Amino acid sequence: MNRFALSLFLAAVLAGAAEADSVKLLNVSYDPTRELYRAIDAAFAKDWKAKTGQDVTINQSHGGSGKQARSVIDGLDADVVTLALAYDIDAIAQHAKLLPGNWIKRLPNNSAPYTSTYVFLVRKGNPWKIKDWGDLVKPGVQVITPNPKTSGGARWAYLAAWAYAMHLPGGNAAKAKAFVAELFKHVPVLDTGARGSTLTFVQRGIGDVQLTWENEAHLALKEFGSDKFEIVYPPTSILAEPSVALVDRNVDRHGTRKVAEAYLRFLYSPLGQEIEANNYYRPRDPQLLAAHAKEFPKIGKLYTVDADFGGWQKANAAHFADGGIFDQVYKPGR
Amino acid sequence: MSAKRPYRYRGPREDAPLLRLILSALAIGFIGLFLVLPVVLVFAEALNSGLAFALDAIDEPDARSAIRLSLIAAAITLPLNIVFGVAASWAIAKFDFPGKSFLTTLIDLPYAISPVVAGMIYLLVFGLQGWFGEYLRDADVQIVFALPGIVLATLFVSFPFVARELIPLMQDQGRTEEEAAISLGASGFQTFLRVTLPNIKWGLMYGVLLCNARAMGEFGAVSVVSGHIRGLTNTMPLHVEVLYNDYQSVGAFAVASLLALLALVTLALKALLEWRYADEIAAAHRH
Amino acid sequence: MSAQATVLHPFKRNSVLPGFGLSLGIALFYLSFVVLIPLIALLIRPWEIGFAGFWHLLTDARVLASLKLSFGAALIGAGINAVFGLIVAWVLTRYAFPGKRLLDALVDLPFALPTAVAGIALSALYAPQGWLGKPLAELGLKVSYTPLGVVVALTFIGLPFVVRTLQPVLADLSQEAEEAAATLGASRLQTMARVIFPALTPALITGATLAFARAVGEYGSVIFIAGNLPAVSEIAPLLIVIKLEQYDYAGAAAIGVVMLAASFAIVLALNLLQNWAAKRQ
Repeated sequence: MNRFALSLFLAAVLAGAAEADSVKLLNVSYDPTRELYRAIDAAFAKDWKAKTGQDVTINQSHGGSGKQARSVIDGLDADVVTLALAYDIDAIAQHAKLLPGNWIKRLPNNSAPYTSTYVFLVRKGNPWKIKDWGDLVKPGVQVITPNPKTSGGARWAYLAAWAYAMHLPGGNAAKAKAFVAELFKHVPVLDTGARGSTLTFVQRGIGDVQLTWENEAHLALKEFGSDKFEIVYPPTSILAEPSVALVDRNVDRHGTRKVAEAYLRFLYSPLGQEIEANNYYRPRDPQLLAAHAKEFPKIGKLYTVDADFGGWQKANAAHFADGGIFDQVYKPGR
Repeated sequence: MSAKRPYRYRGPREDAPLLRLILSALAIGFIGLFLVLPVVLVFAEALNSGLAFALDAIDEPDARSAIRLSLIAAAITLPLNIVFGVAASWAIAKFDFPGKSFLTTLIDLPYAISPVVAGMIYLLVFGLQGWFGEYLRDADVQIVFALPGIVLATLFVSFPFVARELIPLMQDQGRTEEEAAISLGASGFQTFLRVTLPNIKWGLMYGVLLCNARAMGEFGAVSVVSGHIRGLTNTMPLHVEVLYNDYQSVGAFAVASLLALLALVTLALKALLEWRYADEIAAAHRH
Repeated sequence: MSAQATVLHPFKRNSVLPGFGLSLGIALFYLSFVVLIPLIALLIRPWEIGFAGFWHLLTDARVLASLKLSFGAALIGAGINAVFGLIVAWVLTRYAFPGKRLLDALVDLPFALPTAVAGIALSALYAPQGWLGKPLAELGLKVSYTPLGVVVALTFIGLPFVVRTLQPVLADLSQEAEEAAATLGASRLQTMARVIFPALTPALITGATLAFARAVGEYGSVIFIAGNLPAVSEIAPLLIVIKLEQYDYAGAAAIGVVMLAASFAIVLALNLLQNWAAKRQ
């Protein structure tokens, strides 16, 4: 019995131990950022070593944004969170009080160092001639998108579709609701995260069009060849602002506030912005964005959550909360 | 039996040759198609881009740390489960007490409980929103999303194996030998070491073998409490999933083939034990 | 513990062996720490939303569909395993052929192979471009990412349970009864149907129930191949994970409680079955 308690204790100590001359950070992030943060972490470690002489190791955890937020709420010891949308970080602030409610004001640009948008990934030649959101509900088209309940990305996709329907001539909430209801009837697989969705579409060959992050679409082209897929930019989409934040209670416990802050600042630095652009995230730096104009074509109209939905709290309560519009329109299995 | 007979005579317990053929073909076909083919595929996919590539995928920091974590988890789990298994089967097999059948049922339970539920119960107790969450956080003890949680989940799914193997074995052997030793003046510990242990050692090895296979391979329960931190809390099966989701199919199958290899070694050892020490472990042929 | 203490002990009867208190103590401590306390935490959790809320959750279409799939597919898998497990066990105990020992060892493969490995292997095998998926697709049969895929995975993990339960019973089957039946003029088929099969029934049911119990809660090998379409190929354990991911602890625990109750019922049924089988022998 004692041995049991002892080994549990030892295990706890081993797991929590950090060496003095080096520092560890845990970045809890969402699904498609795996490649991005692999590059960022390496660059930041080099930068930090040059500036302070201290070694920094950054550990990564990836998954659907909502799931990751839930893990942090449940005690996953994140120093920084870099999630798909502000709402998930709000949830951490609300449910577990690990950071202050005004976190979004602490860093520039709504605490989103890079932006992205939602695009269509179709099979080569675009056999269904999908050009705009309205084409997604053509009879027979199968749409792949993750579950808005668990995936931050899917919420952006859902809102982009909603905004499209609202801004059609004569558009109103009832028509928009009918449109998203119709759209989700075309969804055969509802994965929990963006990456699972990409695997479904790309590797398993299910569906005719995938609604996906711009960066995830580019990555799929890179990994699986542009001879199999192509990206379609719809005339309108949504401005996605994946937010980043310091988890105050955790960094203070770990004594890592300084390096964690520097890490988040690094995302806004010229080098950080360059890495983000190279990984197909739209940098905030306008000059850099212009330099990458080939990968980031201008989209006619980008709706925003703040202007078109009154902010995340409102959007969430109306659409994604239990019993919200998504629950009302999504009838599984039909 | 009949193979040695000079002429063909079908005994009352023998099936017609056609039936034999059909049944054998069905059995071999079913096992080949359903059980063996998936394992063959694992190795084939791993070697898809050559052996060197597969080895590189295994000899990589995150993979190495996953292998290390799986070994550590198993190394903590096995001794604890051996202590528990021996203690529980000693109490159950050698003594009568009220509530014995309830105890046996509890030991059987992890066989029937979904691994996901097994992981979730620790989240509900030790998670930050769980019973002891805040308290543990203040004491700076991390249970879920760290090694202790992974060990607990592994313990849960793997603890019946040793006990389940030993209980029927010890029951079969009765207690006369131990009683004789005690009456001759041996201490309890001596009796256990000199009399009981030699009697059960092969059964114990058998149980440990099964326990280890389950501990190294557990996915669902560990997945719920792991937090999926690369290089820290990903066990080998979780690392397989991560690589699979990273579009690194070859890497995923390379790590998977390591686990498949472990499974094959387990089977070989198991077959060896069954063949060599059939009598000593025969009491408990059920898992 | 001394012999005198033994006499005073209220539980322990007719044994001079020491270590009862210690061994039972270790077992009980371990069981309560690892199993009982966490299970109680699970049992308590759903009621924070009240009985009505609990009921409402369980009767939700998606939850019901997932439970139906988990139990239904597990039942079909157990049925397939009962048939093929009987054949495999029969072949392994009755026939002699080269490679039999190997075949016998391979039966345990699903048991030794980690579920995640089985999951990605089955998924790749039955994917539309896979070794088996391609020919099956040409026959118009889709396995990966359909409920059929769930059945395949649950069949995979269940086979050893049936075979290993049947083997010893088959080996012990009384030779006399079979021979007597033959002497009395029964055909081989009649002997099988009237003598052998009834003797095997308890073991067959036990084995299939074990396979069923394992399959109902299975997670790792299913999620890769199922495609996880809500209300179509989404199993109950996955829905638990999804509910957890949506901060819905009560909902996750509610499904967990239902599955736990099923596990208890199965273990109980197995114990009854074993008593029944013991009486018949």
